[in-house]
This record gives sequence, structure tokens and C-alpha cells, in this order.
Amino acid sequence: MSAPTTPVPVASKPPTGVRIRNWIGNNLLRIYAVLAFIYLLLPVMYTFVFSFNDSGKSNLTWVGFTWNNWTNPCGAPDVCESVINSISVGLVVTLVATMLGTLIAFALVRHRFRGRTTTNLLIFLPMATPEVVLGSSLLTLFLNILVPLGFWTVVIAHIMFCISFVVVTVKARLSSLDANIEQAAMDLYASEWQAFRRITLPLVAPGIAAAALLAFSLSFDDFIITNFNSGQFTTFPKFIYVADKRGIPAQAYVIASAMFFIALAIVLIGQFASRRRKEG
Amino acid sequence: MAIAQAIGDTIEDQRTPPPDPKKRGRFTPYLLLLPGMLWLAIFFAVPLIFLFSTSLQTPVAGGEVGEFEQTFNFGNYVETLTDEYYYVPLFRSFIYSGIATVLALLIGYPLAYMIAFKSGRWRNLLLVMVIAPFFVSFLLRTIAWRQILADEGVVVGALRVIGLVGDTGGIYPSALAVITGLTYNFLPFMTLPIYASLERVDPRLIEAGRDLYAKPFTGFRKITWPLSMPGVVAGTLLTFIPAAGDYVNAELLGTGKNSMIGNRIQYEFFNVRDYPTMAVLSFVLMACILTIVLVYVRRVGSDDLV
Repeated sequence: MSAPTTPVPVASKPPTGVRIRNWIGNNLLRIYAVLAFIYLLLPVMYTFVFSFNDSGKSNLTWVGFTWNNWTNPCGAPDVCESVINSISVGLVVTLVATMLGTLIAFALVRHRFRGRTTTNLLIFLPMATPEVVLGSSLLTLFLNILVPLGFWTVVIAHIMFCISFVVVTVKARLSSLDANIEQAAMDLYASEWQAFRRITLPLVAPGIAAAALLAFSLSFDDFIITNFNSGQFTTFPKFIYVADKRGIPAQAYVIASAMFFIALAIVLIGQFASRRRKEG
Repeated sequence: MAIAQAIGDTIEDQRTPPPDPKKRGRFTPYLLLLPGMLWLAIFFAVPLIFLFSTSLQTPVAGGEVGEFEQTFNFGNYVETLTDEYYYVPLFRSFIYSGIATVLALLIGYPLAYMIAFKSGRWRNLLLVMVIAPFFVSFLLRTIAWRQILADEGVVVGALRVIGLVGDTGGIYPSALAVITGLTYNFLPFMTLPIYASLERVDPRLIEAGRDLYAKPFTGFRKITWPLSMPGVVAGTLLTFIPAAGDYVNAELLGTGKNSMIGNRIQYEFFNVRDYPTMAVLSFVLMACILTIVLVYVRRVGSDDLV
């Protein structure tokens, strides 16, 4: 990768231009990756910086530095209500979608049955359908059977699009496990339920945890489907969208940044824990 | 990354199911499937039928705004699809999302390659950095782009210094800004599946190619690229499909001239309360996407995957 350190007797040091060109040639991919990461993280940094903006009503231009937004995150009207709404929706959705999706994943990986192809199709299609179509079609159902829009319609919609993602996540973990381990347990006179609870479940648990986190973050950040099916009910993304018309309070930036660090911490702790387990 | 890998697997589920152990009941799989599949049937499949029936409704004569009765008015489709107000944004959606998909591939593939083969012990950290943007609200990130690309923002400032843009700037609002936002928002969906399939490439295959005097680029073209194809297919679909239906980027980063089909769909619902037109547009969007996806998967599948 680097230039040879031992002096080559015949050829003298190449001119600077050539050396720069060689260095760029050798590190082209790294330079490209750094630029790509700047592109990916620029809006994140922007959000974090502007959470300290002493902006007043609208957080569009930099006014001055302040801690006030962080010490008083509920200071702006309706911000915290919408966050609490999003968290309540997210918790119900995570619980139900994780259960339903995990059961489907078990059926797909551990059992042989008729209708596999249809099942796979019905799981793949929601992921291959744009959110406007998912949102508007569910809305036509609610409109036609006269269901009032609100908390529960949002929960129903979120569970619907989270199930598929839970299935693929748990399925990935489950199919990397050796089914013979369970068989071995049953050969040693464990009942099917005991083998499941003592052997399979602990091994699949990291996959289920990952699926639950994914479901929660998908639900928490969804805007398009929520917007169609929420009526007067406001979630955090919907609050931002509505507030954008008259100016988003800096507190929304504080909450977004805080969520970023909480999620990052959970992921890093998870990685650290799984590495410890592998080594120990 | 397990997700991306698994999505790739779901697209083409080649794993054979395990032999059925005799100790298990015949109905166990159906019991396991029932609650989840019922949910998907009622709240995903049935709504599509309602969407179709709504698309054939007509306004109640002398009724209020938003009151419709069930008819079989296929004229709704003809009327909507021959209207420039609707078919131009439909075309625009596919052009914008097509460009965004190509750009995301050009950015995401080298990034995934770098993480898979050149990152050493930084690999996990870099992967976390790819998904990290997801943890900040999608809307706030898109709004951040509006500020970054605005005339007084960082990007225009830098371009002005090197003389690429004049005093007017003019990146936001424009088609360029919309495509920048779309590419940005779906880049992780491109990068992760490609990474997942590159990670599974056996480095010994590349070494073997080099031993047989393949130049680095030939080795890439003949070995690495074909092996990463499942990831590329999954990544392009996961970018193209949501981008084609998105309306947030067009609304926040563009003007009325950059409206995509999603903007029309949500406008019909929120502002006009014309549910049949909304349903027609959604249905047409879905039909177009399914057609494009089928053609694409078949083409790529037959030419490159072999």
C-alpha cells in the first residue's frame, strides 16, 4: 500500500506529482468512502448543531448558542405530547409485530407445509409496495367501513408494515442455527416445548431483539403511512411536518438528536455484548 | 445487515425446507402462521381490493365533498391517465427515482466494497455509521438538506467560491435538490444488501483469479461483481420502489414543477378529498412498479446471475 521504505539504488525518488498521484491511486477507495460518509452524516451533524440554536420560534437560521433547548426539551408546545404518542404507538406495535412475525419465521424455517410460496409472497409484497400505496389503500378500507381514524388505526397500519421486516430478521437468525440441536434435545427426552424454551429460544433471542428494535424504529420514524391513517392524532414525524409550515421549534432537534444517541448506544452495547459472548 | 441479507433471501428463497420431524403436529405450521398472515390479509391484501373498488366510485349527485357511491366507472382511469396534471408527475417519479437509484448504486457499491474488504477492524463501526442516519427523524434530515442546499448554505457557498454557481445559487428548490434528497434517504438501503452479499464472497476465489493472471479489474468484473449481484438487485429494488412513491423529498426540496406522483396522491386526499382519483393514482403507481420490478428481475436474473 505505501511506498517502499528501503531506498532503491537505481531509480531516485519519483517527483512529487507522481507520488501524489500514486497516493491518490492507492487510496482512491478510501477517499471516496470518506466523501460518502460526509454525505451520509452531514444532515445528522446539522440536526445536532441546530439543537443548540437559540432560535426562538423557527429553527432555520443560526442565531446563537444556548443550552436551553436541551435543559427544557418540552418547552415548545405539543412537542412532548407527540413524542409520547409516538412512543406509545411504537411499544404496542413492537410487541404485536414481533410476536406475529416471529411465529411466521418459525413456521417458514422449521416446518414444511403447503402454501409456502404464497406465504413468502404475502410477506415480500408489503416491502415492495410504496408507502403511499400502503397508506392510501388502508385508508380506503377505514373510510369504506367507517372506522374513525386515530391511535388504533395508526397502530394497525404500523403492525402491518412491520411484520414483514420482523419475519426476515428473525428468519435470518433462525436459518443460521442448526435444527439438529433441537432434535438432539428431543432425543434426550426433552418435550418439544422444553426443547423450544431451553434450546431454541435462547439461541434465537438476539434475532428477536434485533427485530423488535427494527420494528420500533420503523414505527417511530414512519410518516407517510401515518399521515394517511391518523386523522387528528399526531405522532412526532407528523408534528415536524405540520410545524414545518410555521417553523419547527429547536426542541424537535433536541429530541431527534437524543434519539440518535440513545439508538447508537443500544447498537454499540449490543455489538460489544455479542463480541464479549463470542470471546468469553 | 442481517436484514438486508434476509431481504435478499426472501426475494429468491432457494433454501429447501428441512425434513419434517415426525414428532411434530401437521397443523403446527398453520397455527404459527395464522395470526400474522391474517393480519397481512386483512390490512394489506383486503385494502388493495378496497383501493380498486374505490377507484371505480363516482361522486354522489348533489352530495357533499368526499361523498362517493360505488359504481364501476372505469372512465376514472381514462380521465386521470390522459390528464397532463397526473401523467407528467407519474413519469417524473420514475425518472427521478431511476436517477436516484443509479446515483445510490454509484455511491453505495464502492462504499460497501470498502467496508467489506478494506476496513479491517473498523468494519462494525463503519456499518453502524451507515445505518446511523436512520436514527434521526427522516423529515428532519430532509429539512436539513433544504438548509444545506439553500442559497446561504454550505454547499452553495463552497460552489460559489470555486465559481461553479453564480450569486443566485439556485440548487434549492430544484430537481437536483429533490434527487439529492432521494439518493440520500435511500442510500443505506442500497449499501447494506450489497455489503451483505460482498461479505459472503470467498476471498480465495479472488486470489485464485489473481493466480490465474487476472488483472485486478478483470478479477472484479468476472468474480466479485457477479457474486454481488443478489445484493445489487435487492439494493436497487429497495431504493427504487420507495423512491418512486416518495413525496416528502419533492415537497420539501422542490417546487410545484418537481411534483411526483406521491404528491398528487396525498393532495387528492388531504386537499381535494377526491378519493377515487387518489385510488386510481395509487393503483396505477403500484401496477407500474410491479411491471418494472418483474421486467428488471427477469432481465438481470437471466443475464447476470448465471
